[in-house]
Amino acid sequence: MSYGARRLAATLMLLLAASVAHAQDANLGRNLAATCANCHGTNGHARGDMRPLAGVSAERIVALLSSYKSGAQTGTIMQQIAKGYSDEQIRLIAAYFAAQPERN
Amino acid sequence: MSTLTRTHFDRRRLLGAGAALAATTLAGCAGMAGGPSIGRVVVVGGGYGGATAARYLKLWGGKVDVTLVERNTEFVSCPISNLVLGGYKRMADITHSYADLRSAGVDVLQGEVTAIDVTARRIRLAGGSELAYDRLVLSPGIDFTPEQVGGLSAALDSGRVLHAWKAGPQTVALRRQLEAMPDGGVFAIFIPRAPYRCPPGPYERACVVASYLKASKPRSKLLVLDANPEIVSKKALFEAAFRNYAGLLEYRPNAELKELSGNLAKLEFEDLRADVLNVIPPQRAGDLARQAGLLNMNNRWVGVNWLTMESTVAPGIHVLGDATFPAPAMPKSGHMANQHGKVAAAAIIQLLKGGPVNATPVVMNTCYSFVSGEDAMHIASVHQYDAAEKTFKTVPGSGGVSAVASALEGRYALSWAQNIWADSLAL
Repeated sequence: MSYGARRLAATLMLLLAASVAHAQDANLGRNLAATCANCHGTNGHARGDMRPLAGVSAERIVALLSSYKSGAQTGTIMQQIAKGYSDEQIRLIAAYFAAQPERN
Repeated sequence: MSTLTRTHFDRRRLLGAGAALAATTLAGCAGMAGGPSIGRVVVVGGGYGGATAARYLKLWGGKVDVTLVERNTEFVSCPISNLVLGGYKRMADITHSYADLRSAGVDVLQGEVTAIDVTARRIRLAGGSELAYDRLVLSPGIDFTPEQVGGLSAALDSGRVLHAWKAGPQTVALRRQLEAMPDGGVFAIFIPRAPYRCPPGPYERACVVASYLKASKPRSKLLVLDANPEIVSKKALFEAAFRNYAGLLEYRPNAELKELSGNLAKLEFEDLRADVLNVIPPQRAGDLARQAGLLNMNNRWVGVNWLTMESTVAPGIHVLGDATFPAPAMPKSGHMANQHGKVAAAAIIQLLKGGPVNATPVVMNTCYSFVSGEDAMHIASVHQYDAAEKTFKTVPGSGGVSAVASALEGRYALSWAQNIWADSLAL
């Protein structure tokens, strides 16, 4: 599978996951993403040294959080926080931030 | 302050006030684009919990009327206030106005709530005006129970002994006492038994004061007198930090303050004198929650339904932050109060709309502590709702503390503050 095809497949899977979640609770991703806002800014519009998440692709956020969760990626704190969220929750958080405009 | 019952009200005057409020609400609705308000929420207390609830009610609820009642004119942050005490930050750095919250659509009223009528769904303000609500949010913070320590009430009232455990004038006054202390003086910090607001806070304060003394008054002594049997939070990290101040800082566990008399502090087995006595008194939920009859946990804290943050004795009143009886391993922190505010805001909007509330809420906590003017370390936790046990539980394997305190985490701590202030106050 080419990179483009893999990327498309990943996006479709994310959209599918998001739409399934939508059927359960339309606000689940929003509510989960809000737990990140204390450090990463409201709707992911971070300030200072924190990494902005608004408008970052869902694949990128899932990849980052998953690697923190697995321990492949080290850091000061995110490897501890990422372990607190299920894979499904990570996908919902990623889809929410990806859909936010980059600038406030 | 008194909790009103129906018998305390002048019914005629109240009904008149109600009619006036109804007229105001209707006029307000007529002027709004896109349909009527889904309801009126009054939030009392504009700290981390209340401000966040008010902000997110507007952000997520759209056409909801939100009034925030706060007794102070400005928001002063407890987190980072120890750096002000140490001389590394100024009051202006931890003080923010409510102007942006107003711009976000929250009606911010400066005032003191004197009574809550749970049945009639109204609050009364000092001066006599009243506010009706569909849903009430209380974020009353903590108040002290100094009567547990002989002489402490009088010492605090006189201003001679300071707590500085609510940031503001007390922070400034304690900084002045520290600056006025001679080199070679004794500064004593007394820590109450847990639970209290901000578990690592007293140990952070000890480090930051020690850092100042080491640089400016190296012949001085800092006594850290802890009523607890050991350091309550980030124990190994604080023990390492304390070693950097060896000879200056002395930590004593099981050192509960029993009585104060002048500058003499009496513990169980010894008396000691200090130039500055900084006493963090024992605590309970804020007066407002007590007056409303909500302290159903040990007559000290408010039990809540974690799906909605409603008091377990008064559904319809959502209680946030330090005032709540915590879920297991849930700290009393500004960060957690902000997270409570979001759970409450999401639930209230659903309740006003008649929809189901989120059945799987998540909250998380991060507390940074400075161990000098520059270096900090963290503790973090993630709490998922457990439907069977009806409480939040930490996720096994998640969370933890820093490997070591560092300047990098010091920078993150300040960025954390910048972001949470913006998130809570719509800056």
